[in-house]
Amino acid sequence: MKIQELSKGLFKENPILVLMLGLCPTLAVSTKAIYGIGMGAAVIFVLTCSNVIISLIKDFIPDKIRIPSYIVVIATFVTIVDYVMKAYTPELHKSLGIFIPLIVVNCIILGRAEAFAAKKNVLDSFFDGIGMGLGFTLALTLIAVIREILGAGTITLKLLGYGWIVEIPHLNPMIVMILPPGAFITIGLILGFSNILKKR
Amino acid sequence: MYRLSVSPHIHSKASVSRIMWTFIVALMPAMAASIWFFGPRALYLEIISVATAVITELLTGLLLKKRITLSDGSAVITGLLVAFNMPVSVPYYVPIVGSFFGIAIVKQLFGGLGYNIFNPALAARVFVMFAWLPEMTTWNAPLTTSGFSKLAGFNFSIDTITTATPLAIAKMKGMAGLLTEFGSKMGMYKDLFLGKCPGCIGETSALALLLGAGLLLLTKIIRWPIPLSYLATVVLICLLSGNDPIFHLLSGGLILGAFFMATDYVTSPMTPKGMILFGVGCGLVTMVLRLKGGLPEGVSFSILFMNALAPLIDRYFKNPVLGVKT
Repeated sequence: MKIQELSKGLFKENPILVLMLGLCPTLAVSTKAIYGIGMGAAVIFVLTCSNVIISLIKDFIPDKIRIPSYIVVIATFVTIVDYVMKAYTPELHKSLGIFIPLIVVNCIILGRAEAFAAKKNVLDSFFDGIGMGLGFTLALTLIAVIREILGAGTITLKLLGYGWIVEIPHLNPMIVMILPPGAFITIGLILGFSNILKKR
Repeated sequence: MYRLSVSPHIHSKASVSRIMWTFIVALMPAMAASIWFFGPRALYLEIISVATAVITELLTGLLLKKRITLSDGSAVITGLLVAFNMPVSVPYYVPIVGSFFGIAIVKQLFGGLGYNIFNPALAARVFVMFAWLPEMTTWNAPLTTSGFSKLAGFNFSIDTITTATPLAIAKMKGMAGLLTEFGSKMGMYKDLFLGKCPGCIGETSALALLLGAGLLLLTKIIRWPIPLSYLATVVLICLLSGNDPIFHLLSGGLILGAFFMATDYVTSPMTPKGMILFGVGCGLVTMVLRLKGGLPEGVSFSILFMNALAPLIDRYFKNPVLGVKT
């Protein structure tokens, strides 16, 4: 039961590739591998915490104002992430820019709050948050790696001076892939392939 | 003796492959001009591009389990037009990626011939242009002696001379810059008309393109509304804004675009009124981009932009069905 809640977010109900949620930050920040991981980590934290809290207080929230209530909870955790990133990884924070505060209105987090956490118990919601967050991170990082290899000829896995930047030799990067059209083309092709895999 | 069959009884000889192969014949003068003005490398680019397009069409057709439509020649046209839209100095992988993108993604993944929203060759050009902007905007003077090479003071013991296209000169230095480059206004018109100016290999020679366009118009493979309204809009905007209309007609990819790409059946409106609106839109966007945009040329973007609007135009200009009140 619990393991199902965790694993469904990875492939079967992957937020980006199957539920088609959270495409806005996916299109915008998937230009470097590290951005995908950083954004994913922020979303995992916010999603798990908000899922747990909303699942805990779901009985006290009046039905008519449930969305504003969810937003207050989510915004609290987003503010925490925002300030923590600003303090410890200022470089990453600068690159992700407005998309960190925008996690507040991210469809994945609101969607899971409304569709899952508001109905299930705390433990299930916790695992659902982690699974969905990991699924988001996986898909986002996959898209980012593809775009970065084709568009910049590198794979950046460097943060705060740790890690490394892999450079692919003999490749004349296609700049269009790190521009917005590249995001749409990559996501479209990955969606197509994942649909083929699902049909099998 | 008397065969019984249901109507229609009178058939036109027109078929997809007949239309497409006539189209290819109509592109031959421009291909000859490209080799004449830019040397054998232009031919290599065209061969590579066509071969990639045909192979991609075959492979994607097999992979997607579609009817293989190689013999209708539409892939050959896409390949040729992709090569036509490149400067002669691009590395050979540029037409390969371009043709692959045009056929595999723009055409086949959207459903194959007849279903694509955008003109495959133009979308491919724009894709490789933004992929490798420096390579796609390095222009070479043609191989024949013209104002450009004389001015540089070289003879052709060297390989090539990079210069700016007439439209880029017009954008940066205005008419005065053009006149120093070409000598006189009449000389400029003549060079632009014949094709003795830097640019994409298939777009420079207005003469060769008009020969092919004439064949297409005579055989009624393309109709006049789109090219005419396109060119007329460009002339009108030139006159209103005080630019030289003949220069804008002859330079850049306007003639190639107006006759060979905007008229693509699949991606343009179906009714005459819709076609006129489509042409006017193309002309408007082209001139806005040429006069106010960041890049010197806007033909490919304008046609792609109007491609996106073509289904909408078709909705508003339906042919009335006989006997039905609308």
